[in-house]
Amino acid sequence: MKINIHKILQAPSIILLLLWMIVPLGMTLYFSFQRYHLLYPERSGFAGLSNYDFFLTDPALGVSVLNTLTLVGGVIVISVILGLGISLLLQEAFRGRGIIRILLISPFFIMPTVNALMWKNMFMNPAYGLFAYISEIFGLPVVNWLAELPLLSIIIMLSWQWTPFALLIFMTSLQSMDQEQIEAAEIEGAGFWAKFRYLTLPHLGRAIGVVVMIQAIFHLGVFAEIYVTTGGGPGHDSTNTTWLIFKQALLAFDVGVASAGGVFAIIVANIIAFFLIKTVAKGMGK
Amino acid sequence: MIIGYRNMKRIKHQTTVLACCILAVIFFFPIFWMVLTSFKTELQAIQFPPVLFFEPTLENFSIINENSDYTKHALNSIITSLGATALAIIIAVPSAYSMAFFPGRYTKDILLWMLSTKMLPAVAVLMPIYLLAQWSNLLDTRIVLIFILAMMNLPIIMWLLFAYFKEIPKEILEASRMDGASTMEEIRYVVLPLAWGGIASAALLSIVLCWNEAFWTILLTAADAGTLTALVASYSMPEGLFWAKLSAASTLACAPIVVFGWFAQKQLVQGLTFGAVK
Amino acid sequence: MRKSIKILASSAIIAVASSTAVQAGELTIATVNNGHMIKMQGLTHHFEAANPGVTVNWVTLDEGTLRSRVTTDIATKGGQFDVMTIGMYEAPMWGAKGWLNKLEFDASYDTEDLLPAIRDGLSSGGNLYAAPFYGESSMIMYRKDLLDAAGMSMPDNPTWGHIQDAAAAMTDRANGVSGICLRGKPGWGDNMAFLTTMANSFGGKWFDEDWKPALDSPAWNHAVSFYVDLLTKYGPPGSEGNSFGEILPLTQTGKCGMWIDATIAASFISDPAESEVADVIAYAQSPVAVTSRGANWLWAWSLAVPAGTEQAEDAKAFVQWATSKDYIALVGKELGWGSVPTGTRASTYEIAEFKAAANFAEAELKAINSADPSFSSQDRTPYQGVQFAAIPEFQEIGAEVGQQMSAALAGTITVEQALYNSQAYAVRAMKRAGY
Repeated sequence: MKINIHKILQAPSIILLLLWMIVPLGMTLYFSFQRYHLLYPERSGFAGLSNYDFFLTDPALGVSVLNTLTLVGGVIVISVILGLGISLLLQEAFRGRGIIRILLISPFFIMPTVNALMWKNMFMNPAYGLFAYISEIFGLPVVNWLAELPLLSIIIMLSWQWTPFALLIFMTSLQSMDQEQIEAAEIEGAGFWAKFRYLTLPHLGRAIGVVVMIQAIFHLGVFAEIYVTTGGGPGHDSTNTTWLIFKQALLAFDVGVASAGGVFAIIVANIIAFFLIKTVAKGMGK
Repeated sequence: MIIGYRNMKRIKHQTTVLACCILAVIFFFPIFWMVLTSFKTELQAIQFPPVLFFEPTLENFSIINENSDYTKHALNSIITSLGATALAIIIAVPSAYSMAFFPGRYTKDILLWMLSTKMLPAVAVLMPIYLLAQWSNLLDTRIVLIFILAMMNLPIIMWLLFAYFKEIPKEILEASRMDGASTMEEIRYVVLPLAWGGIASAALLSIVLCWNEAFWTILLTAADAGTLTALVASYSMPEGLFWAKLSAASTLACAPIVVFGWFAQKQLVQGLTFGAVK
Repeated sequence: MRKSIKILASSAIIAVASSTAVQAGELTIATVNNGHMIKMQGLTHHFEAANPGVTVNWVTLDEGTLRSRVTTDIATKGGQFDVMTIGMYEAPMWGAKGWLNKLEFDASYDTEDLLPAIRDGLSSGGNLYAAPFYGESSMIMYRKDLLDAAGMSMPDNPTWGHIQDAAAAMTDRANGVSGICLRGKPGWGDNMAFLTTMANSFGGKWFDEDWKPALDSPAWNHAVSFYVDLLTKYGPPGSEGNSFGEILPLTQTGKCGMWIDATIAASFISDPAESEVADVIAYAQSPVAVTSRGANWLWAWSLAVPAGTEQAEDAKAFVQWATSKDYIALVGKELGWGSVPTGTRASTYEIAEFKAAANFAEAELKAINSADPSFSSQDRTPYQGVQFAAIPEFQEIGAEVGQQMSAALAGTITVEQALYNSQAYAVRAMKRAGY
């Protein structure tokens, strides 16, 4: 009886997601073996592996996978470390903490395209940007961020947006920390690091797992920020796998190759997720 | 000796507060600067060195008001974000409850599989989704956006709810069950109140993600269902000077969700009760 | 909690119930967010008043997003738009495929009045498929005060060598003035639009007669080397991120001695309300190396009616209204003669009020008339287009080559390497496409 009701409870989410996955994925798989070019509707039919062959021999493929990993890894490391640090600082009670918290979380509510356009135009622009101005004040050479350090620039934009997300999750999780345990540890003379290492970190394990997994999923598909800033360049310096697929889907309009790229992206994402689960996300579902 | 300890504590306290303030200023500064720029003229916006003090103008906002239908876009954003979140939460709560308290052999695998449905980049499924929407006559409707956004966020909501539900001590549920509560009663009277903060934060996250989704909301809509992301897209890279106008459009597009987020987070962080229950 | 769930649920129901259906008499028009289009939106009530029962809905997007959006829609027969804003790249291709309605207007429209180069660029097989809303070419805009101070002059058809000398003379790093500003931001409509005209003039082309990519030719090497050298020595910092939108403010604040870009820029930098150098700006034709053919580009943002729209008649009526002589007169009267959309009709350049308001009119008309999309390089090419090749593969190839050129400009790779990569990429894409 119990088992039945749980099947019923779980069914809607599983069935809907199954449909949501299988239908587009099935179509993507099918298209990936077809000649399907939006601008050549007359060309059709079975394409064999030629779409895969074309996508996988793209000269930028290797770089793009590397960039994808750097991007995902960089943003996760920065946002988790900063998020942890700030959430611990905010444990201290003081007047105006609510406002500070609000200010710190706000970047997460900004649209990704707005975020990228703002950084690009108002901060990183070498002629008018605030960074250029600050460099000038200190007599430093002006850095042309998006041309010289394109990937780092995008990592900065994403970290600015996603650190608040990590912070939000960590703060929520820290609320439920056992204060008595901490006080007991303090009485026994435990220092900050000891408390952090043996009490806080284990308590936050699951929260960190959630943050890492969700961010990994989002950053694997980063697109809007690249679209409005670097366009994947200069050269291929900020091209990730999603960008390669975008070029095939919305510049070349070759649905067949774009679909093959999509299948490739799923495989890469699953490999990354597999390793993430092995290392970080062990805390989940204990 | 005691005074020294107190002093140290005070210094530590003050340093912490100072650090928090500095961090808050750094993180909030870009938003402040964007809002400030929205009140500049286009020429002031590109002035170098940047100007901090100037006579504010409302010109940018009135231009946007004249050229675009802000209310329509905002309404579409509100309806699709709330609708998609409601749909996803209603589907997710029972499932996550069941998976958290009565995990089966495959529960962990199912959860991971759910997350993996998000790994297909949106650009790669543009054509399938576009064609499906077209065949079902749903292009440029809010229904299709609600459905897509709900499906996109469902895995994340499942994960968050699962994690939050896991924090509820099982003993409480067992007690209620001994009192003869049915499963639905248990969800309604025991789980929901205890997990309120968790559900609220998952819903908040989902609303924010829906609000800011800028791929499907632009590529599947035309004149009717376009959200605020489409409004921003219409000011993002025009000919001529545009930083001030873009800032104004962005301010208008982000303001509702930022303000909503402010209120929600206060509720959220203060209203959390679960986990603290012993 | 229950209350909030109720609110969420009811809002979902409202959302579902209130989704609207397309109504007859409602035109949906997709357009780019350029100034002339924004003005057109503001004047649409005149059209609606003259056509009772027809209302117009606008979908305004940035150029790249618009292109993705309308191409997806027209290729899948999505039917979301009744009028689309497209350019010279799309119009002949889509027209030939039968995706656009032929545009045949009555005598009052005076099709013959459309500038021949523009009309040809929007036609396929002798049929007009898109009506030009505003047209543009490229030309030199320069600060006459700086050039005079340097004791130099600007001939109407300068050579690239002369431009180099002038750039050197005008560069004044201490005062933040760069001798020349040029596009460097990657994109087939950004740096490649400019670089293609430059390469054309150096004798280069995108594809030879057998559709073999020709980016590894000496002409391209000369052109790109010259370009990189020029911008590195006399260009503003961060040129590899500059396109129209970025250079415009630089020029308006007097930081560029010369700027070679779209003729439409002239209306912005000659406007004293937003430009500090309005009274010292002068114009000349695009510089020339070995041939003047293809040295300046040609583009027209145009309105087209997709085949299969249910409101073809109303849509055509709108296109006719927005691209008519009357519309130009309407803008002139309501918003001032400096604001009229130019580059489409010969008659516009005969209006005295317009000539008085636009000091760039003559240079612009000359530039447009000198462009020929069907013959734009030293040798014959198999493709249409001055600064692009009107084939479906071009967007992707152009985007990639644009990235390579931008990397060469940034100095991360050499010009030789950039052109080698570009050629390899183009060969691959063309082979895939079955050429």
